[in-house]
Amino acid sequence: MSEKELRIIKSSGDGESKNREAQWFYTDIVKSHFFSPKNIIKSDDEMKSFKADGIGLVGSPACGDGMKMFIKIDGKTDTVKDVKWQTYGCGTAIASTSIFSEMIKKDGGMKIDDALNIKPRDIANELGGIPARKFHCSVLADKAFREAVNDYFRKTGQKNRIVEGSAKVIDQVLKITDHDIEHAVLEGATTFEAVQKKTKVGIHDKDCISQVEELIRFYKKKYFGED
Amino acid sequence: MNKQIKEKTRNIYLDNSATTRVEPEVKKEMDFYYEEVYGNPGSFHSLGLKAKKSLKDARNRIANILSAKPKEIIFTGGGTESINLAIKGLAEVQPKEKNHIITTTIEHHAVLDTCEYLEKKGFKVTYLNVDKQGILDPEDLKKAIKKETFLVSIMYANNEVGTIQDIKKISSICKEKNVKFHTDACQASLYLDINVNNLGIDMMSLNASKTRGPKGVGLLYVRSSSILKLEPLIHGGGQERGLRSGTENLQGIMGFAKALELAEKNKEKESKRLTILRNRLIKGIKENTPKTFLNGHPAKRLPNNVNISFLDIEGESILLYLDAKGIYASSGSACTSKTLDPSHVILALGVPYEIAHGSIRFTLGKETTEQDIDYVVKVLPPIVKHLREISPFKLDEKEIRKKMELVI
Repeated sequence: MSEKELRIIKSSGDGESKNREAQWFYTDIVKSHFFSPKNIIKSDDEMKSFKADGIGLVGSPACGDGMKMFIKIDGKTDTVKDVKWQTYGCGTAIASTSIFSEMIKKDGGMKIDDALNIKPRDIANELGGIPARKFHCSVLADKAFREAVNDYFRKTGQKNRIVEGSAKVIDQVLKITDHDIEHAVLEGATTFEAVQKKTKVGIHDKDCISQVEELIRFYKKKYFGED
Repeated sequence: MNKQIKEKTRNIYLDNSATTRVEPEVKKEMDFYYEEVYGNPGSFHSLGLKAKKSLKDARNRIANILSAKPKEIIFTGGGTESINLAIKGLAEVQPKEKNHIITTTIEHHAVLDTCEYLEKKGFKVTYLNVDKQGILDPEDLKKAIKKETFLVSIMYANNEVGTIQDIKKISSICKEKNVKFHTDACQASLYLDINVNNLGIDMMSLNASKTRGPKGVGLLYVRSSSILKLEPLIHGGGQERGLRSGTENLQGIMGFAKALELAEKNKEKESKRLTILRNRLIKGIKENTPKTFLNGHPAKRLPNNVNISFLDIEGESILLYLDAKGIYASSGSACTSKTLDPSHVILALGVPYEIAHGSIRFTLGKETTEQDIDYVVKVLPPIVKHLREISPFKLDEKEIRKKMELVI
């Protein structure tokens, strides 16, 4: 796609329709990782011989995305020696897991703590940019990795290092959590109305509205760097 | 395998329910009106008069195809506009006590979003469920009609799963209960009977771009003996008997008339030909790829529609690989939708989410050949196999089928 076409897409219309147009226009990096994914693990035999130190799974077929990550850790240096993965999902989901696995394996492997610090935005940047609404896909790579690391911590008795993604109930009536709000923001809902449309938050529990607005601002800044 | 997949060797368009290629004959017809008869049908000079006569001619020819009266045809800017005019236009002229509309859960968004808008304005809408093959039980409609009901809007053939409803039966129920019946026939015009008297409908929306005609033209048929008044959406110069102001899109309308004539001429033969190809594709995919599900009805479906779900993998990634192979299809997966929810139609069939996410729609057309179908059948299995290999999920087909059995 030419620069001109990109500009047209970037400057046209509202967020959602813009993204809808942009969804097919993946960068060459995304395409290359999608068509030739790195570090995938296929059969049960491969999994057995890999002898993972930690395994993490997030998502489900019903929600449309899923990712399983297998890691090998060098206990002495606290680095990630090797990573393998499997992904169920769209082009971005597959490409982002692939590039994430390359990122943490680079230069002999990252320190666990550094790897845990990789944010969805870093993955998207590494891919040369992805449509905003596709952010929720690349988020899975870091979450699956965190689950795998937690599994490793659990197995090696480092319980104090386990990083839990704590879900806090915000809307007391519908039991909507901060994770749900986070998800909605990642899917492109950046106003209270848009988040409410997606999650139904604050319809019955009016008391939570200001808290929801605060969370939207927080996640917007976190993922998109805007107030 | 990846290297092979990336080589684009063909151009196989299997997205004809999204839009169709314009017939060369249609384009030629339109060119004439762009180049020679470019006057405004409302102008008081010879070129305007020529345009006016041509417009009349197109209206007569289309009326002839539909077995309608020329004055019952309102040209619009497309299927969506026709649907909006039918539903909002009729809603606006209702007395206060008539405030109820009945439709189905599998309609196009043009119908669903229009109904949702009217709900905000105080109207009540009943969304009837269909069975797991996408068929509406006419008895359900009968039960849903109340004394407040003024309109039933049910699509003729579904754009995603191709299911065809029993329009004659539905229209007879509506007549019996004295309720107006509109049908969205945008997907039907190439393959099904669109004779308004055979169907017995009061209003019908059609679209040129799904009929191998140009984009930006549609029509609403309104039976003059049953619907006396509609409120226009667009006000202005009073064209189309005041129901659709704005200078007539003469070139588009001439192209539409030509496209409908060609469609009518080829309908029977083309439907037969495509039914064979459709079944060949369904059979070929099912035989060569395990864990697949056909969405929609096996027989009561458009001759050109194949909608199949693949377990354990997601639709968009299949589309990307197909695209790289020169095959253009579409998907009901969440990733290809605006809302990030999978297709409302496939979910409305009551199938599990796992199935909706992995659905692919192939819609055949005039250009589709047997070789194309065989090519798809050949390239699809390795794509599915590869994506399944890198998927962490290995769902049990029997479990899913059991889940589906539970759906009524």
